[in-house]
Amino acid sequence: MAPPPAEPAVRQLADLPVGGVATVEGIDEAGALSRRLLEIGFFPGARVEVVAAQWPGDDPIAVRVGGSTFALRRREAQLVRVSPLRPGEGTR
Amino acid sequence: MNAAAASAAASADTDPSTDLRIALVGLPNCGKTALFNRLTGGRQKVANYPGVTVERKEGAFTGASGRRYRLLDLPGTYSLTPTTLDEAITRDVALGRLAGEAQPETIVLVADATHLALSVRLALEVRDLGLPMVLALNMSDLARRRGYALDRERLAAELGVPVVETVAVSRGGADALIAVLERMPAPAPVPARGWQQPSAEQVRDTHREAARILDVAGYREPARSALAAQADRMLLHPVLGMIALAVLLFLVFQAVFSWAEAPMGWIESATAWIGERVHTALPAGPLRSLLADGIIAGVGSVIVFLPQIIILFLFILALEDSGYLPRAAYLLDRVMGSVGLSGRAFIPLLSSFACAIPGIMATRTIPDMRDRIATILVAPLMTCSARLPVYALLIGAFIPARAVGPFNLQGLVLFAIYFAGIIAALCVAFVLKRLRRGEDTHLLMLELPDYQWPDPGNVLLGLVERASLFLRRAGGLILAFVVLLWFLATYPAPPAGATAPPIEHSYAGMIGHAIAPVLAPIGFNWQIAVALIPGLAAREVAVGALGTVYAVSGDEEAVAQTLSSVIAADWSLATALALLAWYVFAPQCLATLAVVKRETGGWRYPLVMAGYLFALAYIAAGITFHVARAFGAG
Repeated sequence: MAPPPAEPAVRQLADLPVGGVATVEGIDEAGALSRRLLEIGFFPGARVEVVAAQWPGDDPIAVRVGGSTFALRRREAQLVRVSPLRPGEGTR
Repeated sequence: MNAAAASAAASADTDPSTDLRIALVGLPNCGKTALFNRLTGGRQKVANYPGVTVERKEGAFTGASGRRYRLLDLPGTYSLTPTTLDEAITRDVALGRLAGEAQPETIVLVADATHLALSVRLALEVRDLGLPMVLALNMSDLARRRGYALDRERLAAELGVPVVETVAVSRGGADALIAVLERMPAPAPVPARGWQQPSAEQVRDTHREAARILDVAGYREPARSALAAQADRMLLHPVLGMIALAVLLFLVFQAVFSWAEAPMGWIESATAWIGERVHTALPAGPLRSLLADGIIAGVGSVIVFLPQIIILFLFILALEDSGYLPRAAYLLDRVMGSVGLSGRAFIPLLSSFACAIPGIMATRTIPDMRDRIATILVAPLMTCSARLPVYALLIGAFIPARAVGPFNLQGLVLFAIYFAGIIAALCVAFVLKRLRRGEDTHLLMLELPDYQWPDPGNVLLGLVERASLFLRRAGGLILAFVVLLWFLATYPAPPAGATAPPIEHSYAGMIGHAIAPVLAPIGFNWQIAVALIPGLAAREVAVGALGTVYAVSGDEEAVAQTLSSVIAADWSLATALALLAWYVFAPQCLATLAVVKRETGGWRYPLVMAGYLFALAYIAAGITFHVARAFGAG
């Protein structure tokens, strides 16, 4: 059996599977949308976890960040760059 | 308060002769409104900010020192950089920039103690405004039970503002806050400070600073309960969550019919009893006719629906309090998005089931103006509680109360009508999406707050508010129309020797007969035509109007009969079904059109709305009537 492909180091929050945990690297674009994402807790270093995704196409998703849960449309979650963590590797 | 009083008061610690203006600022879902209710005892003045339809809620209370506090509940926000009209109001009031609104003299920043990070960040932004501030750690009982830790004094020292614990939902839960406010010095003139929107870098800095402060203060965020995580796994699940939502909505509509049955019976008997008393006590004449046929028959036929409205609101308020509603918005986002609505449109649309007016006002939480307009235009298709009396009357009269499996047939029909409204709204939204160009920029970004047990006190307060609004309408607007209609239906008196019922000769009869030809193709008789006109003022007036029209035209015994049994004998099933279909689209009430004009800043959208709803109502009623007749229901 071929070894599983290596996980890319940085990807979009939108691509994280349900149950996936990651650290926020940054937010793409500068605009009102990115700014609000930043304000609600998606700042570099924050730990995020995808808790649910709606069918079909995983849109929208529900994300835990800094003690709150937010529902984000895929388009919004695509703006957040994250680096996935294995479970237990989170900062808190 | 004048300047002289201000400077005199500045020397004293607390001057009972001056009011202190306080504004509550906080994140959405921090329990701010519950705290407001706790402080003011629920006595509040609800109005709008000048020029905009953002709700302005003010209340007052008096401290032990005798000082009076005027409390303003500002819309919840994550930051002072607004993305919605609501949030812009919070910023402008806090900055003293809103014309006609004095700048608050003290800010109470309400924070949810179970997760402080975002609240402390907001506090850092607000602190820079230079106003005296108190940080209220709300829901501290809950946080404590879940095992939170915090050095409150250290937090106060780091932030440089007093920090108190509050429990908005229990008696005395705001005492610590009041005690701190009592020690606040009399308001001094606030140094004018410019405010600049912080840069992204500054926002990141405030996040870091908030994290540092909470770390220094030894804040340990309480663990999320396993039950809440479990509930989310089920309620947010693509399949299970949808099933749960459907079952929930279905139960609500079943309950509206089943639970309300008994109290409605009592109100009906009471109305009939009073009508008969009046009838026997007074000599025949205009006064007896006005009281018995006009007021009691008309207003009584509307008030009977109070139990159903209370039950509907009981569910809406409890769901609102529990934190479930945003989750429903999450589940339905995909459906909404496919017809070009924002996921955030769900909550305004759900409020529209109660009344389109608060629903349309709630659309100001939708940042994109085109999304907002689309939501406003379809909001009246959500069956509002004012239509419930009309549906309930027709369903009660024409649909047998048979059991269909475990369900009540009447409840099923009501569910189907609500469903028809929702489908119609989705279709209209889809057409609107096709009509407008440009890319979709719909947002969701909605917080799913922690689950909570609904607070019975808050729910009760909301119910009393709604019930009294309904009764005031019944006693005011509806009463006025019913009296006017009684007059039109009674005068002029029929000529001597006339054989037809007197109402045929009255003004109402003339008006009804004049409009009837237009409505005849969709199966409406002239009595319905008469009732539809005042029904434009407020939909439930149509029921009161029918009550009056039939009471005036009926013979002596008819007064004691319920309106429902009268129309069951007089109308065909096809007519009743056509009227039900009419009211799914019913041109909404004038108050709604007025709000739409104010919200959209012109006559264009209210006219579009009235036009398309009239056309849909006419077509739907016509199709229903002719199809029903073809099936032998004529």
